Amino acid sequence: MADPVKSIVTPIQLTYDFTPGVAASKFLHGLANKKILGGACPQCKAVIVPPRGSCPMCAVATEEVVQVSDHGTIVTFSIVRVPSDNLDFELPYACITVLLDGAGLPFFHVVQGCDLDDVRMGMRVKAEWVEDDQLETSISSIKCFVPNGEPDADYETYKEHA
Amino acid sequence: MRDVAIVSFAQSSAAFEDERNEVEILLPVVQDAIADSHLKRSEIEFTCSGSSDFLQGQPFAFVMALDAIGAWPPIKESHVEQDGAWALYEAWVKIQTEDVDSALVYGFGKSASGDLPEVLALSMDPYCVTPLWPDMDSVSALQARQWMEKNGKTERDLAEIVQRNRRNATDNPHAIQKGEVSIEELLAEPHIASPLRASDCAGKADGASCVVLMAGERARELCERPVWIRGFDHRVDPAALGVRDLTTSSSAKIAGEKAGVGKDKIDFAELYAPYSHQEPILAESLGLGEDVLLNPSGGALGAHVLMSCGLQRIGEAAQRIASGKADRGLGHATHGAALQQNLVCVLEGE
Repeated sequence: MADPVKSIVTPIQLTYDFTPGVAASKFLHGLANKKILGGACPQCKAVIVPPRGSCPMCAVATEEVVQVSDHGTIVTFSIVRVPSDNLDFELPYACITVLLDGAGLPFFHVVQGCDLDDVRMGMRVKAEWVEDDQLETSISSIKCFVPNGEPDADYETYKEHA
Repeated sequence: MRDVAIVSFAQSSAAFEDERNEVEILLPVVQDAIADSHLKRSEIEFTCSGSSDFLQGQPFAFVMALDAIGAWPPIKESHVEQDGAWALYEAWVKIQTEDVDSALVYGFGKSASGDLPEVLALSMDPYCVTPLWPDMDSVSALQARQWMEKNGKTERDLAEIVQRNRRNATDNPHAIQKGEVSIEELLAEPHIASPLRASDCAGKADGASCVVLMAGERARELCERPVWIRGFDHRVDPAALGVRDLTTSSSAKIAGEKAGVGKDKIDFAELYAPYSHQEPILAESLGLGEDVLLNPSGGALGAHVLMSCGLQRIGEAAQRIASGKADRGLGHATHGAALQQNLVCVLEGE
């Protein structure tokens, strides 16, 4: 009997055009202008950042655009020890979810500029933007978050997100 | 069997959406369907969706669509990687188990995000077929050629099907391909995969649709004329094209029998036939006679939103019955290459 065929190579690559949507487009344009723009829910009043056009709790359109602060509070964190092709942070580093002042939902980013042992829930941080000539319609316009020196936030202020 | 009715249906106008994302397309459709059902969102006990992450190119994209539903407080929810018509089937089964009495079902698709022929080629045998990257138009053209040879049909017969569907779509505000067109104009088009021309192949558009189901007496309280699901079945043929007789559809035939198509007079049928020649193949397989009106909405040739088109056929059928224009009809959905999978839903007015 002939040798069994144990594998074949069938390369597959698909290319897509991404449609971020009306709300997320405003958010992405905001980043290119050093602004963080969310969508306010007319019902529960939460400001959704990044916005996707709808309040995920109430299912109503978040048409009103609201700018939130680029300062916020670390809601939770993890120390990452495995490399990723798409991130050039030096290992190990800390990823966080950060509740920006004025926002109703925390979002994902990375904190730098402090010892990993100092990263903690409640820590106050601010966005570190890339140089002005490198700003673009991308979340990578925010290089990372760094401690802003303020005292830790009271647990009560972020406990519903923790 | 529990009596289950379609109490509302909403759909977006098929379009090429280069600004709105899936959530933004879906949100107003879901809101319309809920408003028309006269139910509160919190009264709907089960939610089921049909979509394909391959169309969006994002893993778990269907989960992100829940932003349009408001899954808070947490809801009972499920998803099928299929046209929304199969999500409707799952919801109907769920209601049959008596676990719930009501359900919200939606289907959505943005067909233009990727290279669609390549995306759809991935739905075929990954070892011996997909590496050849066959596009659905070519595969369907093989079927069209066989069907024409077997039945002595010509390209003029195909053009007549296109002409009738476009005419039917004229009054459909959600359709794209509509209005009068002459047979000569259609036949003057170049082939894209002979014997098929562009007009024989349903165009691809973006959109969404949504249905609300309710069981029993409550359905009568919610709407003037509930449209009852009298039979529901779906079947699948083998994936390998060479195994099947492409000129007929065994899966559609069995699904139609199991759903009880022939038990009583059928006034009309909404058939998801994404290629002109597939409409007569389906009609014959389902045993639909000359007196059955085919695709009064203009069908898939009028508007073709992948992952929603089948649910739209059932929704269009329900609306026709609810309005009193007909008493008994069927909605059909298909999926896969050359009518591989078929679903039949028989509907009847109160």
